[in-house]
Amino acid sequence: MSEPNYRWPARDKRRVMGTRVNRIDGPAKVSGRGKYGSDINQPGMLFAALLTCPHAHARVRSVDIKEAQALKGVTAVEVMSGPGTVIQWAGTEVAAVAALTEEIARDAVRRIKVDYEVLSHAVKEEDLKAAGGRSKPAGEVLVGDPDDAFKKADVISEGEYGIPVLQHCCLEPHGQVVMWKGDTIEYWPSTQNVSGIGGDLAQSLSIPAANVHVRQDHVGGGFGSKFSADRWGVVAAKLSKASGGRPVKLFLDRRTELEIAGSRPSGFARIRLGARKDGTIIAWESQSWGTSGPGGGGVAATQLPYVFVNIPNKRVNHTGVITHTGPARAWRAPNHPQASFLTCCAIEDLAAKLNLDPLEVFDRNFQYTARPEVYRAQLRKAAELSEWEKLWHPRGQAGPGPVKRGLGIGVATWGGLGHASDCRTTIHPDGSVEVELGSQDLGTGTRTVIAMVAAETLGLSVGQIQVKIGDNRYPPSGGSGGSTTVGGVAVSTRKSTMNALQKLLEAVAPALGVSADQLEAVDGRIQVRGNPAKSLTWKAACQKLGVKPIVEMGRNDPKNPMGMISQGVGGIQIADVSVDVETGVVKLNRLVAVQDCGLIINPKTAESQVYGACIMSICGALFEERIMCQQTGRFLNADMEFYKLAGIDDIGEIIVHLDITPEHDARGVIGLGEPPVVPGIAAIANAVANAIGVRVPRVPLTPDRVLAALEGRRA
Amino acid sequence: MKRSKDPESQAQPKGLSRRGFIRGVGLSGGAVGLLHPEGEAAPAPAVLGPGPVPITLLVNGKPHKLEVEPRVTLLDALRDRLDLTGAKRVCDRGTCGACTVILGGKAVYACSVLAIDAQGKPIQTVEGINAGGRLHPVASAFVNQDALQCGFCTPGFVMAAKAFLDRNPNPTLEQVRKGLGGNLCRCGTYVGIRQAVLEAAKQMRGGARNV
Repeated sequence: MSEPNYRWPARDKRRVMGTRVNRIDGPAKVSGRGKYGSDINQPGMLFAALLTCPHAHARVRSVDIKEAQALKGVTAVEVMSGPGTVIQWAGTEVAAVAALTEEIARDAVRRIKVDYEVLSHAVKEEDLKAAGGRSKPAGEVLVGDPDDAFKKADVISEGEYGIPVLQHCCLEPHGQVVMWKGDTIEYWPSTQNVSGIGGDLAQSLSIPAANVHVRQDHVGGGFGSKFSADRWGVVAAKLSKASGGRPVKLFLDRRTELEIAGSRPSGFARIRLGARKDGTIIAWESQSWGTSGPGGGGVAATQLPYVFVNIPNKRVNHTGVITHTGPARAWRAPNHPQASFLTCCAIEDLAAKLNLDPLEVFDRNFQYTARPEVYRAQLRKAAELSEWEKLWHPRGQAGPGPVKRGLGIGVATWGGLGHASDCRTTIHPDGSVEVELGSQDLGTGTRTVIAMVAAETLGLSVGQIQVKIGDNRYPPSGGSGGSTTVGGVAVSTRKSTMNALQKLLEAVAPALGVSADQLEAVDGRIQVRGNPAKSLTWKAACQKLGVKPIVEMGRNDPKNPMGMISQGVGGIQIADVSVDVETGVVKLNRLVAVQDCGLIINPKTAESQVYGACIMSICGALFEERIMCQQTGRFLNADMEFYKLAGIDDIGEIIVHLDITPEHDARGVIGLGEPPVVPGIAAIANAVANAIGVRVPRVPLTPDRVLAALEGRRA
Repeated sequence: MKRSKDPESQAQPKGLSRRGFIRGVGLSGGAVGLLHPEGEAAPAPAVLGPGPVPITLLVNGKPHKLEVEPRVTLLDALRDRLDLTGAKRVCDRGTCGACTVILGGKAVYACSVLAIDAQGKPIQTVEGINAGGRLHPVASAFVNQDALQCGFCTPGFVMAAKAFLDRNPNPTLEQVRKGLGGNLCRCGTYVGIRQAVLEAAKQMRGGARNV
């Protein structure tokens, strides 16, 4: 038989894919039965605690662990930043202790004496002039002739905008349980990277990757910050070994989690736009800056102008600012939310300056994007759902009364091509089916999507598929980053289950008196194509296998997507806010998200991704920011009381519209985790400007910033 | 008297007062005096700790005897000593609600209650209300409405929602939005949670099992 046709069934032929399926790990999670890394309790398990550095910049002179070692119940102490180490950010791990209980481990940490030579620090980057020698200019990007274009422009609009460092703030902190006994390591991390993290740990410990066994049923959030084993993984393994191979649990406390386990680069920019009277942009000039921590960095200037990449005349400069702060990690759609905010605010300000409806100005400039027609259609849809025609007014003309309503637009783009993934399907003679991948479900619904693809292919129900993920002994699958998981696992599962089915059809063909290529799997039966009367039940068909199960592999190769996956989506969001100009409080009335998405396997969990992304944007627009103190060098709000996230009453109404159409469906599966988290901050910031008549240059749009912007106007 | 206003101290077994605890863990006399100005005149209670002390927790209908240091929170006792890991440790400072359990009929943050103070009152955890493989109507509504993603805040939300519905069996959407303000989610599942609580309310009013 030739290679099976792996292509997705036609839309009208799908029985499982495209239906709204409850996530299959839901019952385990809602009942508390599901085990996360931090829930693992092993016999004889020890608890570890970290000593972290209180200084943002310091040289370690000495570390004295004797008193800690002497404490009853302590089994091992490891120094992580020995004498001579220069600490570059507060919260850096200095030593770790393993003990019989967490309380004893914490007591022991307090007994460690560290002598620091405190060095001068700099933790702020908002003011580029103050950065001095900490500035790292990235070099100019020049396209066309911006100077000439600005001269020819009918109008020049200028603005300054800023978006701060945010933290991942995963609810499950980073950490692991690890047991290093003899030559082998049993490892229960909290990770986005089940197939890869074992090798990372092994490399740090100079042992063979094959000796590390990784297991993880569930992970309590990652958002881009949980790919590597990290120093806490390495030290936990060493503590285990030093404690005779007893398992060690080490998870970061909340302050440390926020200080060192991941942040998103900030982005500030002065942007100048030259345009014609009708709003067509002819020139872009930006000087941006920001920080990713000790490396400088900041939002990637290559992302500016965002989406409107083909503006003909551009001058783009960026300066990274070095700070003594915890380093950045990939954060759900790296660089995109910041770049969208900076770009869309500048365009909205241009529209206001020209007294034009921003709907018209965005639409006109979509000519500079990779997919003008997609954006135009999405903008029309978002305008309709947000009642733009009825509710929009020119900037600042919100009418009398202290509560001003306004609307604003944000745009997005993302890739989302499925990553490399291998899948193994086993059909047992009793009819049970196992599908195994070294993947992980971050809460995006990966398990459910795998089950749905397998069920679709085998003509079974979702409940008949046993999905096994979260173990590095299963065939390898990529880490979950870049919205690459759904495409990767969907294709490898499709191919693997189809290969297995082909073997089954070959085995049962003689019994049905036809050749295998005349058979199909439908509704729990193997039948002669189009003839349910000539069929076997799934169970009876599998019994024909005798004693030997079918085991077949399937692989997604991103270089050869075979029309089953693709990449590149847009996305438009429109925010509707009310701002009390007496108190400065911004209330989100509504956020409309229009998102193209390719072929959607499970609309239910896909919509949840968009709802969640919108809520994350609301957090970033109105509440979240890392606040550094230049006096102490510390992260002032490294807790959940003052590092503010939106609560259930802060989010208004969210309207999600997925572009599920034949044209988009034909593109195949595309990742959806990241694109909808991009445009919301821009949309909300623009809605506030529209409502109150002035630009609040920095997010989050806290009452003090709103009032200050209003004062500036009056002054 | 200050103590008489504190409902939690009334339920404590003999010899296990909060004052005794505070002295037991070795705070200075000055601090005790500040917290309890009447302390000087009261008879000296038994000193507890700082080492492990025997306690009994009534969890999901069963008494559990264990030995913990007086400083151990109810959350850590449940998670580390009883392997009841449904309640999660997230902020560990009474902000996020991921550790919510029901203590004496009231939703509490288990990270902010000491295990020794949780004695003598029934403690319900998310495992308890979903025992025997049957989902409580609140939990089942969370699945139906896809009111979860990573799921780490979910058990806390389920318990907070159950306690909320026990007191407000017929809430409006507005009441749900206010009533569950004590829990935080990072994935952004609030849209589903709102719907789930309303669905559960309907189910529970309709005579479904109500633990």
